[in-house]
Amino acid sequence: MNASTSGPSSGSGGAPGEAEDLLGRDLLQQVLTAALGSGAEFAEVFAEDVARGSVHLDDGRIESLASGRDRGAGIRVVSGESTGFAHTADLSPRGLLSAAKAAADAARATEGGSTRTVDLDRSMPTPGSVAVRPGDIDKATKVELLQRAEEVARSSDQAISQVSARYADSRRRILVANSDGVLSGDDQTRTLFSVSCVASGDAGLQTGSETIGLSVGFELFDRYDVEELARRAADRALTKLGARPAPSGTLPVVIGPGSGGVLFHEACGHGLEADLVRKGASAFADRLGTQVASPLVTLIDDGTMDDEWGRYAIDDEGNPASRNVLIEDGVLVDYMWDGLRARAEGRSSSGNGRRQSYRHLPMVRMTNTYLAGGQSTPEDIIGSVENGVYVAKLGGGQVNTASGDFVFGMVEAYMIEDGQITAPLREGQLIGNGPTVLQQIEAVGNDFEMGPPGTCGKDGQGVPVGDGVPTLKVQELTIGGTAA
Amino acid sequence: MNPDELLAIAAGVIDRAKDNEQIEVACSHSRSTSIRAYDGEVESLTTADNQAVGVRVLVDGREGFASAGTLDPDVVPAMLEEARDNARFSETDPHVGIAQPDGIAPVDIDLWRDEVEATSNQAKIDMALELERRVRDAHDRITGVRVAGYGDSVGSFALASTAGISAATRATSSSISVQALALDGERTQTGYAYDGARSPSALDMDRVVSRAVSQTVDLLGSTKPKTATVDLVLDPHLAATVLGLVAGTLTGDRVLKGRSPFVDRVGETIAHPALTFLDDPTNPHSLGADSHDGEGLACRRVPLVENGVLQGFLHDSYTGRRSGAGSTGSAVRGTRGLPSPGLQALAVEPGAGTLDELIADVEEGLMVFSLAGLHSGVNPVSGDFSVGVEGRMIRDGQLAEPINECTIASTLQRLLLDIKAIGGDQVHLPTGVSTPAVVVGDVALSGAA
Repeated sequence: MNASTSGPSSGSGGAPGEAEDLLGRDLLQQVLTAALGSGAEFAEVFAEDVARGSVHLDDGRIESLASGRDRGAGIRVVSGESTGFAHTADLSPRGLLSAAKAAADAARATEGGSTRTVDLDRSMPTPGSVAVRPGDIDKATKVELLQRAEEVARSSDQAISQVSARYADSRRRILVANSDGVLSGDDQTRTLFSVSCVASGDAGLQTGSETIGLSVGFELFDRYDVEELARRAADRALTKLGARPAPSGTLPVVIGPGSGGVLFHEACGHGLEADLVRKGASAFADRLGTQVASPLVTLIDDGTMDDEWGRYAIDDEGNPASRNVLIEDGVLVDYMWDGLRARAEGRSSSGNGRRQSYRHLPMVRMTNTYLAGGQSTPEDIIGSVENGVYVAKLGGGQVNTASGDFVFGMVEAYMIEDGQITAPLREGQLIGNGPTVLQQIEAVGNDFEMGPPGTCGKDGQGVPVGDGVPTLKVQELTIGGTAA
Repeated sequence: MNPDELLAIAAGVIDRAKDNEQIEVACSHSRSTSIRAYDGEVESLTTADNQAVGVRVLVDGREGFASAGTLDPDVVPAMLEEARDNARFSETDPHVGIAQPDGIAPVDIDLWRDEVEATSNQAKIDMALELERRVRDAHDRITGVRVAGYGDSVGSFALASTAGISAATRATSSSISVQALALDGERTQTGYAYDGARSPSALDMDRVVSRAVSQTVDLLGSTKPKTATVDLVLDPHLAATVLGLVAGTLTGDRVLKGRSPFVDRVGETIAHPALTFLDDPTNPHSLGADSHDGEGLACRRVPLVENGVLQGFLHDSYTGRRSGAGSTGSAVRGTRGLPSPGLQALAVEPGAGTLDELIADVEEGLMVFSLAGLHSGVNPVSGDFSVGVEGRMIRDGQLAEPINECTIASTLQRLLLDIKAIGGDQVHLPTGVSTPAVVVGDVALSGAA
């Protein structure tokens, strides 16, 4: 399991319309009845229509534009603890009924039960707001964004030897119908832009990048200036040309606002997913109601956060997204739940059932996960460290949820000496243990920010997630550098 | 659909090419089964039917691409139109284009086994359940299995182009994997193992069970080590991971665009003289073997490092033209993405000695069990390398205490030069990599002060 700051490929187009257009109600009821067969407890149809578009600039030219289209349905049948799943790109009645039969056979439902019909109760929550559909924007306009960014990055310094930039958008319309009578849909648009630079110096090559992405349309570029992003990416690469090797060993670490959210995503987010908890594969199993973190820690997963990368109206099981407090003042309040685990334990889903596409089974996933802001000023936090490391930007990470051991990459970091940020450091990994690190959060700043868009991977499925933190201080982490 | 049916679909698109257009069409169709077992029961059984088409269009050196997750006759022509439209907006490069046939004959490799389709779902379920049960029962310290799985796929792939390329293959694959859990006081230790083959009967369940168990149990009681400089012993699985990262920087696109630490180093010594590796998708024993690359050219042996000296890079047709080196038949792609040069079947030549003998020669070292954070801790441009590690310390040639919550750091460039020994037993791994064990000296291990 891991989260990284690489954005997904994404897209334009698709005729507007409600998700229910994907499949009619009568057909859905027929397919669900077939999927239930004679005895399954639960059946679900998940239909999806995704259009993606991307533009890639590299090595001084627009290399290619790519478009992708995906449309299909996945049918899930649950019988006891066993799930059968089949998917098809053929949305005709024949294709769907054939997939329903395959899923029912796979679930091995006990024979001899009675067949039942399904009455669907339609409820369509309001999708996120999109001011300017990326599909309505001329491709030439998207191309020009990348060219502007490249020009600024290249001209910022002679040491910048290579620049690449990428624009991507996606529109994902989904429809969920199940044997509990749910019929719901969502229309999700995401837009992403990234720029990365290589700087060449006497000590070799260094890289710097910036990525922005929100669950909005082309108005993303009213909020961000691509030229400013290009300058920042170039600056990161240039700064690292003069960087010294990161220290090797254990030191206090201050993490800057924004990208540090990956720390909590890895250190405890995955361990609070109910499917892993149930299997004894979480370091946070059996810890509800106990103090699992420093009292400074309040951790929230919120799928409703306006415009954020991990935002949606309904999850991929038809349950509304919600704001879930996971840890409050250090006390573990709740895990995150999908429909399957919630059903098994007689509670309601927390709206965290997600899947990469109609070809995948849903499971418990994070949305936008963040540490609530605290009282300290960033200056005071940095000033309190005599000898340590300041991480301005974290990259991706990975956690072993069972042991709680996690790693993440420092993409931009500096030494802190006598309370001052000093020399830049080369890239290195930080390593720690989730349950231990949570107890070692010594300060939380008042400067909360969301970080860049991420893609979280779990069991081979990637989904868009957001995370964020204010400046924070960890008593000690192991820094995987090469300097003695 | 069989390869000929896919070729017919691709040819139907090629027929629509205009005089000034180059077009390349890839089509694929696969069926797969995936089973997850948990606690003696089937947790899920997934049957999948995957179709895809990818269309690349080039007009006057400008490239456009479009893809769809279906072979629906209404959708495929729309992808051609979309790719054409995309090509209007990209910028000209005289070297861009589809592959031109180069007269090299493909090796004849049979990647298909009837057995996969002939095996019943019940037999596949039984394998997943047996794997789960055997791991649980194999050792009294194993407290659970997070998941045991069986998966397979049967599929066809076809590629046709206006340059006259027409290539099609069919292939089967089959795999098992398991993650074991063991309680270690308050902490839970995990161990993962898997195997892959072209058919279920070629899977080695005994080896998967014993590796999953030893990966878990042998790490019980792990503690954070002291910061030190150590020799790393990498068994074939770990050697494949680390050398795969190095070889992954030896691609034409990285080199031409100045993103490889090995730019301008051909003919120079970049590694210990004992190290020789190549990409060899023509070796039928490798699971990365194939007759054609992702642009329809014949796969071939590509020497990369010989006795420590860099020989050259992996090229697809674009980087081959631009560099003047020509394609090395190394285009890799999914149906739904553009081709780019990459590794297909990395092969590291064996040296001498068994893994035990390599360990016996190490005074102070670390036998690596697993690495974490490879995607965030390895920068393929600068070569900076810093990853989380679990394993057993080696003292005076003997495996000693287990360790965790620590990192190893170096650079990809230094790792190659710091190789101390290469084992004699080359193993063909499920990833397609073939390699013996490797020992790397003087690596920084970061742990407690």
